[in-house]
Amino acid sequence: MKSVTEFKTIMTGNDAVAYGAKLARVKFISAYPITPQTTIVEKLASMIANDELDAKYVEVESEHSALAAVFASELTGVRSYTATSSHGLLYMHEMLHWVSGQRLPIVMSVVNRAIGPPWNIWADQSDTINQRDTGWMQVYSESNQEAMDTIIMGYKIAENSEVMLPLMSMEDAFILSHTSEPVTLRDQDLINDYLPDLDLKFRIDIGNPMGYGSYDTPDGTFMELKKDMVDSMNKAVRVIKDETEKFNQMFDTNYGGLVERYRMDDADYALIAMGTVASTARFVVDKLREKGLNIGLIRIRYFRPFPYDDILEDLKNIKAAGVIDRSVSFGYAGATYSEIVSALYGKINIPVSSFIVGIGGRDVRVEDIEKIADTVRNESSGVYWINVKKVI
Amino acid sequence: MPTSIPKEELMAPGHTACHGCGATLAMRYVLKAMGQKTVVSVPASCWAVIPGAMPFRTLDVPMVYTPFAATGASISGLREGLDIQGKTDYNVVGFAGDGGTADIGLQGLSGAMERGHNVFYIMYDNEGYMNTGVQRSGSTPYGARTTTTPVGKERDFKKENKKIVADMMIAQNVPYVATATIAYPEDLIRKIDHAKAVHGPKFIQILAPCPTGWYYPPEKTIEISRLAVQSRMFPLYEFIQGKFYLNKSFKPIDVSEYVKAQDRFKHLNDDEIDNLREYVNERWNQLLEWEKIYSEQKA
Ligand SMILES: Cc1ncc(C[n+]2csc(CCOP(=O)(O)OP(=O)(O)O)c2C)c(N)n1
Ligand code: SF4
Repeated sequence: MKSVTEFKTIMTGNDAVAYGAKLARVKFISAYPITPQTTIVEKLASMIANDELDAKYVEVESEHSALAAVFASELTGVRSYTATSSHGLLYMHEMLHWVSGQRLPIVMSVVNRAIGPPWNIWADQSDTINQRDTGWMQVYSESNQEAMDTIIMGYKIAENSEVMLPLMSMEDAFILSHTSEPVTLRDQDLINDYLPDLDLKFRIDIGNPMGYGSYDTPDGTFMELKKDMVDSMNKAVRVIKDETEKFNQMFDTNYGGLVERYRMDDADYALIAMGTVASTARFVVDKLREKGLNIGLIRIRYFRPFPYDDILEDLKNIKAAGVIDRSVSFGYAGATYSEIVSALYGKINIPVSSFIVGIGGRDVRVEDIEKIADTVRNESSGVYWINVKKVI
Repeated sequence: MPTSIPKEELMAPGHTACHGCGATLAMRYVLKAMGQKTVVSVPASCWAVIPGAMPFRTLDVPMVYTPFAATGASISGLREGLDIQGKTDYNVVGFAGDGGTADIGLQGLSGAMERGHNVFYIMYDNEGYMNTGVQRSGSTPYGARTTTTPVGKERDFKKENKKIVADMMIAQNVPYVATATIAYPEDLIRKIDHAKAVHGPKFIQILAPCPTGWYYPPEKTIEISRLAVQSRMFPLYEFIQGKFYLNKSFKPIDVSEYVKAQDRFKHLNDDEIDNLREYVNERWNQLLEWEKIYSEQKA
């Protein structure tokens, strides 16, 4: 069901994300500038200044405060939004737990950027991978359109009564955030049908005074509340699939649920990637297919909840897989790699390799992915750093 | 004698504070003055523990608990979120200790005050990190022994003067700033009433003596807080829209009377008490000077 007021235009990923927040009718925004997130909040501020968006924007003095303000406004019952990157996200770490523990369905954009030292503003997913265990859902987009639509779907999923967990929506720095692509702006009325107003069950009300986040004891309900977060993450798997499908039908899109598969049906080998690297990998898959190699691609959209069942299903007839990570866990391998290996353990016994690419924004080239595919085809397993210079 | 203290009780019995806790009385009076239409935000501190473990809650108003540094930003978000929904008649109150205000929370406090939200920030000043076991804070006065400034072979009491947040708020030109203490509850309630009449940010620093951390018998809390004012260790003043009023309506006493009533200063020798006396006099003269300057400016 396409609407006449939908229209296609050209915009950067950051502008697309700002339109996503506008379409989601956020009422409260608080953020602190950091490259390459800055243009998101500049855009939102200008929308408010020009009466295009009816929201309150509070310019705070730090990211810790940005998320604390958003936490508090959401607690009063208004849909709230923030955006950050890299060091800003690390600075929010304490508040990330506070928001998820309080079960507030806040959506935040994160433009994935490296963490210093050395100072580096380019693409690298280490910042969000660092926040894996904070109780936030994590989505990695591959296009500006997806980045915009994910904000809208994000609120729908987060606010589902079975979920009630916050969600981070990622764009790779500059590759999406500052690069212009065609984007279809959604029809506001249709979005309103898809995403109703926030109706927070437990919100600040002087007629019904409650304590929010008071302390708990070992014999209290602390452990049960943490387990409930895990249960909700598990329930989110179904909700994500359902809500994405609803969105696909309403807006004629074709997003995968937790993962997106490309030429996997008859594949012997699989590449697994997240974010924009998947675009290059898809190109390489086509190239190798022409040469007769049965290879496919799994793009992970949701890193949390992790697509555990999808991965088992997708890899059951595969001979070997290579996991491409734009982040690293020092002392081991890529983070997605360890997730995949643990998903397969005891169920599917195939060689899986870890490939670390594009750290600090290092270009990820077609030949790099071809090299990765070669290694996968040799059915070896190991941890490989791709396109690393010889220092000394 | 009739009193101006509202009868309404928004604090229920059953809190878990120490006997003689000044911070508990501070909250009780603040809520009496604020009334039922109030939301309180509390960071990590004794007051994060005093209301009891969930699901208990000693206060009859909504309470939002936040991380240590988040008071200023949380009241900003609460205020704006409520205003968006037309709930402009709710009082939004941050209630934080001296550590959460003078130290880790200073950035958030300063930001919230600068942005001009219509909020109250109440600092209950027990002059130390009491919840974590009596450590030094920026607001601990010169001479005090704490568990991180212990007096052992070395005389390692706090060597620096108190960082006075209310003064910083005046420097920032916050529309309403005051100091108060629980020994003068009518003054405290009057100040909150004055603050309520101001639209914008309001900051009130309440001295809240702590028998556990100041090492005095719990029944002396009111007496100690009165001595703090009389000895001029904790002057009471009010800064309303650029005008400064210093309270001089009490019988001054020597600093040594205040100091000797508490074991946290027990180790001080005469020279060290002299240092304190000198500091107190200098500061008093400075406040008199401010009174002159601010009244001239506005005249
Ligand atoms: C980020 C962070 N650092 C340290 C702590 C530990 N902590 C909890 S309460 C507290 C001291 C609080 O002191 P103050 O604000 O003066 O309040 P009081 O306990 O004296 O009432 C500290 C250090 C914490 N909760 N969070
Ligand atoms: S330690 Fe001090 S401030 Fe904390 S509850 Fe006990 S008396 Fe009150």
